[in-house]
Amino acid sequence: MNVTLIDYGAGNVPSVERALRRLGAQVETTNLPEKIAAAHSLVLPGVGHCAALIAALDAHSLRQPLIEAIGRGAAFLGICLGLQALYESSDEAPTLPGLGLLPGRVTRLPENVKLPHMGWNTLKTIRATRLLDSVPSCAYFYFAHSFAAPAAAQECAAVSEHGREFVAVLEKENICAVQFHPEKSGAAGEQVLRNFLRAAA
Amino acid sequence: MSLARRIIPCLDTDGARVVKGVHFEGLRDAGDPVELAARYNAGGADELVVLDIAAARDNRPTFLETIRRVAEQLSIPLTAGGGIRSLEAARAVVRAGADKITVNTAAVERPELLSELSAEFGAQAVVLAIDAKREAGRWQVRIRGGREATNLDAEDWAQRGVEMGAGEILLTSMDRDGTQSGFDTELTAAISNGVSAPVIASGGAKLPAHFLEVFTRGAADAALAASIFHDQVQSIRALKEFLRESGVEVRLPC
Repeated sequence: MNVTLIDYGAGNVPSVERALRRLGAQVETTNLPEKIAAAHSLVLPGVGHCAALIAALDAHSLRQPLIEAIGRGAAFLGICLGLQALYESSDEAPTLPGLGLLPGRVTRLPENVKLPHMGWNTLKTIRATRLLDSVPSCAYFYFAHSFAAPAAAQECAAVSEHGREFVAVLEKENICAVQFHPEKSGAAGEQVLRNFLRAAA
Repeated sequence: MSLARRIIPCLDTDGARVVKGVHFEGLRDAGDPVELAARYNAGGADELVVLDIAAARDNRPTFLETIRRVAEQLSIPLTAGGGIRSLEAARAVVRAGADKITVNTAAVERPELLSELSAEFGAQAVVLAIDAKREAGRWQVRIRGGREATNLDAEDWAQRGVEMGAGEILLTSMDRDGTQSGFDTELTAAISNGVSAPVIASGGAKLPAHFLEVFTRGAADAALAASIFHDQVQSIRALKEFLRESGVEVRLPC
């Protein structure tokens, strides 16, 4: 199983790479547009500030090849900011357009809870998704974020809650994404990555 | 769905080996960080913290190698720190495999460091470590491994630190550290209720009841301990089962 891991300098690239390799994937890390354009399956990791991700994608001219690769059916997994970047815009970086592959806007979690939403939380499944195959409903996943996509989104497969419900897992045709960090979520996270590799094969 | 309280083992290292002491003094060897990391990863730890407690005194590149080897063992988040004084030093720690960076003395001396780290790595990756000691009814911030007093008030500094870009506070009670007499719940509650970011309580853990107290009365979001886990006095699993039975949300295997 060959996976192209988009490396634009995000902090969690090495741990995502390590987690995918543990599952037997052949991982190529790249920031080259032509490699992304030709990829069979793509993983977009991300942690930190949304503007950094969007700006880095544009600085490396990765936006169009990424949109086109997803458009022609390449399997895609977005992690954390890699989920948020799929939407039209984010309140964290209001002047930068997102990838626009999904409609809607990423907004800040409410102020009545501690932010960032940091630590282990559970999910509520909204509809069946390949990403959660063989994952027990009581499993915890590791989150570290202050912004999130609206839970009402049509592509939402599972939500979590911190101040409000938000998209934790989404699946729309070949687009998969998770708000949590599967590479940091123990055995449950490993199963989610395994499920993506299986779906992408 | 609700956020679980976290249990975080801490490896204090001299760069290469895990060490421990009372009140930051009298260090003795407590094991291999890689072996301990693997044990905690499998044993239900929610995160791991690795500190280079010698770094503030003399710089040791071996610590980066330790982080690299520890990170390879983990499928949970890793926080690393000790002697990080610059963005460049933080980058090296992140490149070695840390998910979060903890800073202490350098942030007191130059609070802008918090903003720089937050801009580069995101607030969720910036942990402000505060060593606090009781002085005349307040808590004074101490630096350089607790050896040097400052004129900063811990509550004020925690709030300022979060405003500057810290996404989490690692709060150590200098009065309780190493005593195994329980967390300082009063200190923890004062800091935790005063900031918008999560607070990790540290210093004084021994009994499961100490953890329960710091999660309830202390309003801690996470609790950190070292020797009781290293010496296998307390299993993380049993501790979490006690907490769940006591009504505290914790992450246990299904």
